[in-house]
Amino acid sequence: MKNFKQTEEMAFLNGSEELLDARMQRRSFLKFAGAGAAGMALVAAGCKKDNDNDNGIRLGEGDVGILNYAYALEQLEAAFYTKVAATPNTGLSSAEAALFVDIRDHEIAHREFFKAALKDKAIGSLEVDFSSINFTSRDSILATAKAFEDLGVSAYNGAGRLIENATYLLLAGKIVSVEARHAALIRDLISNGSFADSSVVDSNGLDLSRSPGQVLAIAKTYIKTEISLTGLPNY
Amino acid sequence: MNFLNILDEIEKIDADLTERLSPRRKAIQALTGFGGKVALASLPFALGSMFKKAYGQTSTTSQIVDVLQFALTLEYLEAEFYTRGVSTATFAIPSDAARGALTTIRDHENAHVNFLKSTISSLGATPVAKPTFDFTARGTFPTVFTNYDTFLAVAQAFEDTGVRAYKGQAGNLLGSNAVLTAALNIHSVEARHASHIRQMRKARGASVKPWITSNDTGGIGSAVQAIYNGEELDTQADVKITGIAGMSISAAAATESFDEPLTKNQVLAIVTPFIVA
Repeated sequence: MKNFKQTEEMAFLNGSEELLDARMQRRSFLKFAGAGAAGMALVAAGCKKDNDNDNGIRLGEGDVGILNYAYALEQLEAAFYTKVAATPNTGLSSAEAALFVDIRDHEIAHREFFKAALKDKAIGSLEVDFSSINFTSRDSILATAKAFEDLGVSAYNGAGRLIENATYLLLAGKIVSVEARHAALIRDLISNGSFADSSVVDSNGLDLSRSPGQVLAIAKTYIKTEISLTGLPNY
Repeated sequence: MNFLNILDEIEKIDADLTERLSPRRKAIQALTGFGGKVALASLPFALGSMFKKAYGQTSTTSQIVDVLQFALTLEYLEAEFYTRGVSTATFAIPSDAARGALTTIRDHENAHVNFLKSTISSLGATPVAKPTFDFTARGTFPTVFTNYDTFLAVAQAFEDTGVRAYKGQAGNLLGSNAVLTAALNIHSVEARHASHIRQMRKARGASVKPWITSNDTGGIGSAVQAIYNGEELDTQADVKITGIAGMSISAAAATESFDEPLTKNQVLAIVTPFIVA
């Protein structure tokens, strides 16, 4: 609503300007231009105050928006596992660390794939916030990995219905099952047998799914860059 | 009629058209540029299927029911397999943890059966009956219920097949939000199962990871090779994943990063030996 209103008001102002160009003398026009700029600043300020989601980067509309959404999540995961792999004393066993290197590579592959597929429509690099994670604590690393992987699974599951193109839907499917394999492993490293427990799988045997709005609300704890929901398919 | 002009005209209205069509359009430009060898008569068909793809299609109820009946057959297979493995098999399950995991998976597969049956009924169709199964696959796995490692090998084969089967059907559920989401939610549960079964095999000495590396069977061998063929793909949507963007992504990691689909016919060929009638 806010956007629409803003667009309308901008159009009104621009229209007035055209009229002025044609009819008013130069001196009066300069006077008006000053008033017009002030008016537009007020409109912009009003929007900022009312709608937080208008701040931050926009992911785009339609399938591009969903692919950028996935790109954002993969950036987050890749940054996390890259930092784990670069930390000397994580408390992970060597076998666990080797699995984490595998996962890091998978997430980097996903991230770079989306960037390459989106070409000039790709969003920029996100700034992450890992201040809540202790990278020298095995428990903290595993808990974060579990949160990210379960979130990723639910994000892809929930985004499927928003994808219009069958090719993109299949690509999301190719990735989500790998995220689910990760999630199950991480959960088992925390507590063997929790790979698909009742915190993620319901009585029908169905995994969780979340809308983009729900996912980004959870993910924003770890992402400094503000992400706008405006234009993004959601429900 | 200049075929490419049609696309240009539509593009004036739909700026995203090129993006939607890009791969096919390039292919068509290449073909028409190549001395116009494509018979004109075939173009309307190509155009129709191209737009169907570009603008998405809404699946009909009968298409959706077909997918669900196919999924139900696979879930019957898995549900009975784990039910027998946990209750009547003669091998000893080596630990409470292992028994707990197999019981969890058994319960999920039975829940999937019930969920799919009720979904099919709610769409006005009659769920297919449970087939009679032969879990030795006509003698390929004679010790499936007497040797625990054979059982786990077949379990891995079923789970990885299930993941690929659901993935292959997602596109047939486009436009049906509830069913597509449910299918995706089952799909990722099968992947969680696959990951755990693979860890169970790993703990017993098999050379296998929670994810699928190239078309490797994890030491099970040629009997299940068809379940892994195609997983060696390392190019996704024309993007080569190995060494992508100058990163040190190995060919192995590239193939692990993406699970591949199977068509319905490929899946049926895999499970047919397990079905007596």
